[in-house]
Amino acid sequence: MEFKFGIEGGNFSKAGSASSEVKKILKQLNVNPKIIKRTVVSLYEAEVNVVAHAFEGNMNVEIDPEKIVVKIEDKGPGIPDINQAMQEGYSTATPQVREMGFGAGMGLPNIKRNSDQMNISSTVDVGTQVEIINYLS
Amino acid sequence: MEQVHFYHALKVVDEVCIGCTHCMNVCPTAAIRVKNGTADINKNACVDCGECLKACPVNAIIVEQDDFTQIFNYKQRVALLPTVLLGQFPDDVSEVQIYNEIKDLGFTHVFEVDGAVDVLIDSTKKYMHKHYQERPFISSFCPAIVRLIQVKFPALVDHIIQLKPVIDISAQFYRKKLEDKGYKQEEIGIFYVTPCAAKIAAVKSPVGEEVSLIDGVINMDFIYNKVLLSIKNNKKETKKYPENIHMSRRSIGWTLTNGEAARYSGRCLAIDEIHNVIEVLEKLENEEITDVDFLELRACDHSCAGGVLATENRFLAIERLRKRAAWYHRNKPMILPEREIDLYKSYLQENISINKVEPRSILSLDEDMMVAMKKMKKINRIMKVLPGIDCGACGAPRCQALAEDVVQGNAKMTQCVFLQKMLTKEGLISPNESFDISEDTWGKSRFEKKKLNG
Repeated sequence: MEFKFGIEGGNFSKAGSASSEVKKILKQLNVNPKIIKRTVVSLYEAEVNVVAHAFEGNMNVEIDPEKIVVKIEDKGPGIPDINQAMQEGYSTATPQVREMGFGAGMGLPNIKRNSDQMNISSTVDVGTQVEIINYLS
Repeated sequence: MEQVHFYHALKVVDEVCIGCTHCMNVCPTAAIRVKNGTADINKNACVDCGECLKACPVNAIIVEQDDFTQIFNYKQRVALLPTVLLGQFPDDVSEVQIYNEIKDLGFTHVFEVDGAVDVLIDSTKKYMHKHYQERPFISSFCPAIVRLIQVKFPALVDHIIQLKPVIDISAQFYRKKLEDKGYKQEEIGIFYVTPCAAKIAAVKSPVGEEVSLIDGVINMDFIYNKVLLSIKNNKKETKKYPENIHMSRRSIGWTLTNGEAARYSGRCLAIDEIHNVIEVLEKLENEEITDVDFLELRACDHSCAGGVLATENRFLAIERLRKRAAWYHRNKPMILPEREIDLYKSYLQENISINKVEPRSILSLDEDMMVAMKKMKKINRIMKVLPGIDCGACGAPRCQALAEDVVQGNAKMTQCVFLQKMLTKEGLISPNESFDISEDTWGKSRFEKKKLNG
C-alpha cells in the first residue's frame, strides 16, 4: 500500500502532520506499538529536517506485511558531508530555528537509532533523499 | 481478542433520546452512532469522559448510580468524599455542617479522600526515582484518561504510574482502620461520592487492580441535593459550627488543575480537558515533546471541579475551595496533631502498587495485518464516493467513520444520504428503499411527526 504526503519548507507549525498521518495508518493496521513508536519518531525527525532546511519535500510511504519503507525527498541545499551530519550534536540550523526548539543536531543520528535501515544520499544545492526501512515483525 | 465486559456508568435513556447527533459529534473516541433514532454507545471505545452528557440538549444521557439504600446492608457505612463536594455549597454552609448532614443520611463515618495525598506524593516520588527510565510519568489520577490511553495511545501505557489513586488509598485506610477496631470485612461498606462517570467505571471495572476496594458509588449531585435540602429545612435551629475540618492546601488543591504537578520536581505539566489532553498525548507519542518528567492529565475542563456531576459553576467552586485552603493555612496550629492516616502510612504504602495497565486499542481494523490492509484499501475506495462533509446524517460522526463501519460490517453504504440520492436517480434503488434506510437510522417516529401539508 502506498501513501504520499507533501512537506512544506519553513512551516514549523505544520511539522509533524505527515508523521501523524502515518501513525494513524499504522495503528489501524495493528502494527506493534513499539514499532509504530520507532517509525514515527524517525519520520518526525526526518520531516522536521525538511521543514528546517529545505524549500519543499514529500514523504512516500510503502507498507507491505513485512516492512514499512519511507522515502523522504526534498529540494534544498543538500548535505555537503553526510558523515559529519550523522554525528550527534552537529547542526547547521540557524539561531532562529534553534530558538524554536529544533536544530539540536540530533536529527539524523536519532533517525538511525529508530530505524532498522537508513539510507541517505544528497546533492549539494539540489536536495536530499532519506530512506527509512523498519521491519514489522 | 479476549472479550471483557467494560462497565460504563453513562447510559442513554432511549425514551428521552431524540437522536440529534450532538453527543455523537463531540465524543472524543468516536464511540457513538445513531441507530433506530437513538444514540448507541460502543462499550469498547467509551472512556466515560462524560462529553456526551454535557452536550445532550434533552438530558437523555444519565450517570447510573447505585441504589442509596444499599448502604444499610452494612453496619459500618463509610462515605468517602471528594474535596470538590465541599466546594459546591454556598459560603455560609460550613464543612462540619456538611459532614453532619451526610451522617444524618445514614453514614457512620465521613472521610475526604484527598486526606490521603501525602501518602501518595511520598510513594510517587520514590516510584519516579526508582523507575526513572520510564519517564515521562503519567498520573493514574483520572480514570477517563487511563482508559483513553488504553484505547487510543497503546504505546504510552507503560508511562502510567502504577500506583493507586487517593480514592483507593483512602478506601484501604478506612477498611483497615475499622478492621483493627474489630469489625468484620462484611460489616464494612465503603461508598464513594463521585463527581464524574469515569470514577464509577473505575470502581465497577478497575484497571490494574483485581477487585475494587469500594462497595458502591453515589452521585455527587444526589448528595448535594440531600444535604442542601436538609440544611434549608432545618433553618430554625441553626447550630453554631465553630470547628472546622482541617485539610492542607496540598489536599484541597489535589483534584484541581496543577494539584499534582505542583508537588513534584523536574518538568511537570498539568493539562485539563480531554481534547487538550489528546493533543499533548499525540505530541508525546511522536516524541515531539521530550524531557518531560511528570504529566498530570485530566479529562474535565478545570479538572474535577468541572466533573459532570458537579452542581456549582466550576469557577465558583474553585474559589470556595481556594478560600478554604487559605483559611486553614492561615489558622493552622503551630504543631499539627498527628492524623490517623499517618499511623497507617507504612501499611498503605506497602499496598499501593497496581498492575501494569494493558493496552486495548480500538484503532486497529483487524488483528491480522493482511486483513487490516485489505480493509484499509476498501475504506480508501469508499472514501472516494462519500461526500466528505461529515454531516452525520448516516448516523456516524464522520464519513471516515461510516466507511470504517461499512468495512467492519456494522453499516451499509446506502446509509449515506448523498449516495441514496445518486442511487435513486440512477434507478439502482427505489425511492421506497431509500426511505426505509433512513427510517432504520433515524427511527420511524422521526418521519411520522412532520406532516408536510399542514
